[in-house]
Amino acid sequence: MPENKISVNGLDLYYSEFHALKNVNIDIAPNEITAFIGPSGCGKSTLLKSLNRMNDLVEGCRITGAVTLDGVDIYKDMEITYLRKNVGMVFQKPNPFPMSIYDNIAYGPRTHGIRRKSDLDDIVEESLKKASIWNEVSDRLKRSALGLSGGQQQRLCIARALAVKPEVILMDEPTSALDPISTMKIEELCCEIKDSYTIVIVTHNMQQATRISDKTAFFLHGEIVEFDETEKLFSTPSDKRTEDYITGRFG
Amino acid sequence: MTMTGFRFDMKTYKKHPLSFLFMLLVWIAAALTAAVFLAVVGYVLIKGIPQLKPSLFAWNYTTDNVSMMPAIITTVEMVAISLLIAGPLGIFCSVYLTEYAKRGNKIVKAVRLTAETLQGIPSIVYGLFGMLCFVTSLKWGYSLLAGCFTVSIMILPLIMRSTEEALKSVPDSYREGSYGLGAGKLRTVFRIVIPSAGNGILAGIILAIGRIIGETAALMYTAGTVAQLPENVFMSGRTLSIHMYQLSREGLHTDDAAATAVILLITVFALNGLAEYIAKKLDKNKL
Ligand SMILES: Nc1ncnc2c1ncn2[C@@H]1O[C@H](COP(=O)(O)OP(=O)(O)OP(=O)(O)O)[C@@H](O)[C@H]1O
Ligand SMILES: [Mg+2]
Repeated sequence: MPENKISVNGLDLYYSEFHALKNVNIDIAPNEITAFIGPSGCGKSTLLKSLNRMNDLVEGCRITGAVTLDGVDIYKDMEITYLRKNVGMVFQKPNPFPMSIYDNIAYGPRTHGIRRKSDLDDIVEESLKKASIWNEVSDRLKRSALGLSGGQQQRLCIARALAVKPEVILMDEPTSALDPISTMKIEELCCEIKDSYTIVIVTHNMQQATRISDKTAFFLHGEIVEFDETEKLFSTPSDKRTEDYITGRFG
Repeated sequence: MTMTGFRFDMKTYKKHPLSFLFMLLVWIAAALTAAVFLAVVGYVLIKGIPQLKPSLFAWNYTTDNVSMMPAIITTVEMVAISLLIAGPLGIFCSVYLTEYAKRGNKIVKAVRLTAETLQGIPSIVYGLFGMLCFVTSLKWGYSLLAGCFTVSIMILPLIMRSTEEALKSVPDSYREGSYGLGAGKLRTVFRIVIPSAGNGILAGIILAIGRIIGETAALMYTAGTVAQLPENVFMSGRTLSIHMYQLSREGLHTDDAAATAVILLITVFALNGLAEYIAKKLDKNKL
């Protein structure tokens, strides 16, 4: 197995004329939490979406450079369904489907051909347990997922992502719409599952980055200014701009 | 309105007499509209309900009993067949337009423009087209089928419009969620998008049903006006609206026409209520 789960090499991304990512290089190690921080509009979400090709949905989006997953180029040599099955995504706003909790979780496995009721039952229970929401919903699996609280919905979305057994989970500000307690639950959850997954998380909350991440990348204007161990980056940043940002002297 | 609010209003109106005048005008307009509406409904009900009698619902139409039963059945058949034609066509067309076609595609623009134009055309024009196309050119004669095809074309824009609105109101985050799990376009559209838009699509279909039930002009020249139950789709038959039109036209059965009007009114009321109920449910789901 290659040392890095994901490598990004010389990635440039354009939204029509707008140059959103400029020569980005980053290696993401397996079984670690990598955090992306940086001011709004600097391209964190854009890079995150490039990692499972969600940018394909954006009209006028062009990409040059390479992104590899376990050494395989995801833009050239990989089926998009295979990629997205292995690299799951949790979005900023909880987006459960308007169907039952059970069907939400089972949607992914069903997409990938699992039909047996008993298999699905097992996956649903296991995923909900991993996302530490099983206790709260086990007695109402058949009820609509839209009836859950925001924090529960987000953990449901994490469970839904886990249900297809991905290796990497991308999270785009998963707690920015949530209260502190739900946020804490999701942070704990990330730390619990990181042994079996590779997690990349975008966050605006620097405390969050220091609490949970192993490595942190600081973005500015579409470039990665600094990428290092989280402790090192926050204590002794090597770039002046990073220092300005994390000490709040930015802009 | 609370007392203080009212006093405040009176003060303002004294200062601005023009706005008082305007308020009065608005009030009168509202009252008049309500009055006209109530008058129509009240008139139909008062005139019609006493005329309802069992013989009006006899299985066979004769010139004596002028039964509306065949017309009721024909109406149901007309609605069912037309929806079978226009429903899938309209829904899938809108699915293509909103989900598959690229934005700014020329064909899309053309189809949209046509649909919007078709929506505003008087139904007699559809009737004329139906007569020339289905009745004459295709030699179907005055027949249920010619009528069905004609009203299908008529309700197509309506179904397309409401389906498009419903599909557009499905949040993109659902689509992203589905793609993010590795689902393809087909699965996303059929398992997530269309079910989420289901209520809105249904509301559009119910409006279309109302449109068919109320139609006369387009059917007169295509389905014809035969009062008996058509034995197959190539025979002529009349819907309730046409039945009523014929009764009042002949001048001898105005009472029975009034009774038919009651049944029509009730049907249309029920359908509109259903449409509103569904639309409300749709809003609740969106949260
Ligand atoms: N679909 C799009 N089309 C055109 N430009 C876009 C699109 N999405 C993002 N951009 C632009 O690309 C830049 C980077 O956006 P991105 O969403 O990656 O920022 P971000 O770092 O995630 O910001 P935030 O912290 O506010 O989420 C922004 O300037 C944005 O305006
Ligand atoms: Mg973002």
